[in-house]
Amino acid sequence: MIHGAPLPSPDHDTKPFWDGCREGKFLIPRCRICGTARWPPGPMCPVCRSDETRWALATGSGQLYSWVIVHHPANAEMAESVPYAVGLIALAEGIRVVGNVHGCQPEELVDGLRVELFFEEAADGFRLPNFRRAGD
Amino acid sequence: MNDTLSGLRDKSAIVGIGETEYSKESGRTELSLACEAIKKAADDAGIAIDDIDGLVRFDLDAVDEVALTSHLGLKNLRWMSHTGYGGTGGNAVIVHAAAAIAAGLASTVVCYRALNGRSGHRYGQAAPPTHVGGVEAFHMPWGMMTPAQIWGQFARRHMIEYGTTTEQFGAVAVALRRHGSLNPRAMMRKPITLEDHRNSRVIADPLRLLDCCIESDGGCAVIVTRADRAGDLRHPAVLVSGAAQGSGTKAAGIIFRENLAEAESVHTARDVYRSAGLGPKDIDVLMVYDHFTPFIIFSLEAYGFCPPGEGGPFVEDGRIECDGELPVNTHGGNHSEAYIHGLPHVIESVRQLRGTSTAQVPHAEVILSCSSVAQLSAAIIMRKA
Repeated sequence: MIHGAPLPSPDHDTKPFWDGCREGKFLIPRCRICGTARWPPGPMCPVCRSDETRWALATGSGQLYSWVIVHHPANAEMAESVPYAVGLIALAEGIRVVGNVHGCQPEELVDGLRVELFFEEAADGFRLPNFRRAGD
Repeated sequence: MNDTLSGLRDKSAIVGIGETEYSKESGRTELSLACEAIKKAADDAGIAIDDIDGLVRFDLDAVDEVALTSHLGLKNLRWMSHTGYGGTGGNAVIVHAAAAIAAGLASTVVCYRALNGRSGHRYGQAAPPTHVGGVEAFHMPWGMMTPAQIWGQFARRHMIEYGTTTEQFGAVAVALRRHGSLNPRAMMRKPITLEDHRNSRVIADPLRLLDCCIESDGGCAVIVTRADRAGDLRHPAVLVSGAAQGSGTKAAGIIFRENLAEAESVHTARDVYRSAGLGPKDIDVLMVYDHFTPFIIFSLEAYGFCPPGEGGPFVEDGRIECDGELPVNTHGGNHSEAYIHGLPHVIESVRQLRGTSTAQVPHAEVILSCSSVAQLSAAIIMRKA
């Protein structure tokens, strides 16, 4: 976890996701009626407006869609963390999520880079899903 | 549907503009900045504060209508509105004012923005809150916290999809600073070169320092009134010919949208042109909410000045400078004049149409001001009365 970044504050709509992370599972909210996956988690399917949700286990494989390499820290606590990469990962299930890509140098990041899920220990008993280069 | 969109065409006019000094440290309250800016805008219009019967506030503004009724002595308000979503506000306030006037809810509306954006809360910094909720819980824990770290994702994707280069971002920075260098109100007036841009420090790669807007203290205000009474006031009136707000259809938060290489303001672009009965070819000068240089490129595409993906080449060779094919942000914008959330872009439009800009474009008759490429956007088209 990036030192100095905040932890999540789960609410009723997002608690199943964060609870899943504690068990090492990345759960994606899917509409129980039409099957659409949505992100971030929310109370209603934006396609068919059903409020019935099924939490489906992600395979954890994805591809890098975009990224920045942070050089200027957002606060003094983060000064020791820069530079770091943070980007958007397109999961096989059709949603894009935020992550840091571990296991490679910033200059090795390319569009479509294959990544795989792992979990990082964070404070307050949270586990944070994150990504590393796949297959190395 | 066409009638719906054209319902406020040329019904209202911008007749007064007011600004405080722009600085890094105003040494004053935001309330003081707002009062000064509104008083100056009323004086500029040649109206009394008592003539103001409507008010539009940015919902991020620390100064509310209660404070203004108390301290500025606004006592004839009959209509008030707020508009949201950060950079959308600079034009959205005018959309609201024009709608209220066309509907007969108010006849003279003040729109304002005042902030101590440098000496007070800085958008470019993030204190380390222990916990975050809502959509922030899905990006901040990984260190995607500041605007540069979020908007840099869009710039990267545009580079991937279209081959846009950081050199082209630099061309935008050079143009904006050239305009700032001509503007005595601007906080950043030293001209820069492409090499200066290339050598400026990296903030969130691909964004460098000279791609970022500045942080400012200051206030500004605009007076909008009925078009049929605008002719009797101090300056030539500027008609609000078109006005639109819009949302993207596939957005979910800022960064979880379907296509990061496209501005969601394409919907607002369609509507603002229909509202005015005009198109991109009619626009003489363009104002764009420039929080970061790449978003002038995105907006050129969204508002139909070039096809998607061709905004990068468009900004090269001085094409968006004041003597170029399509002058953009002739005051220097958020990048070089001041960051007062885009309302100065409206004020500069008025100056251009009065013929008093410090980077005056000859024969400027029609101006588009557009804000935000994010989930929600707003735009207005102004022309000489």
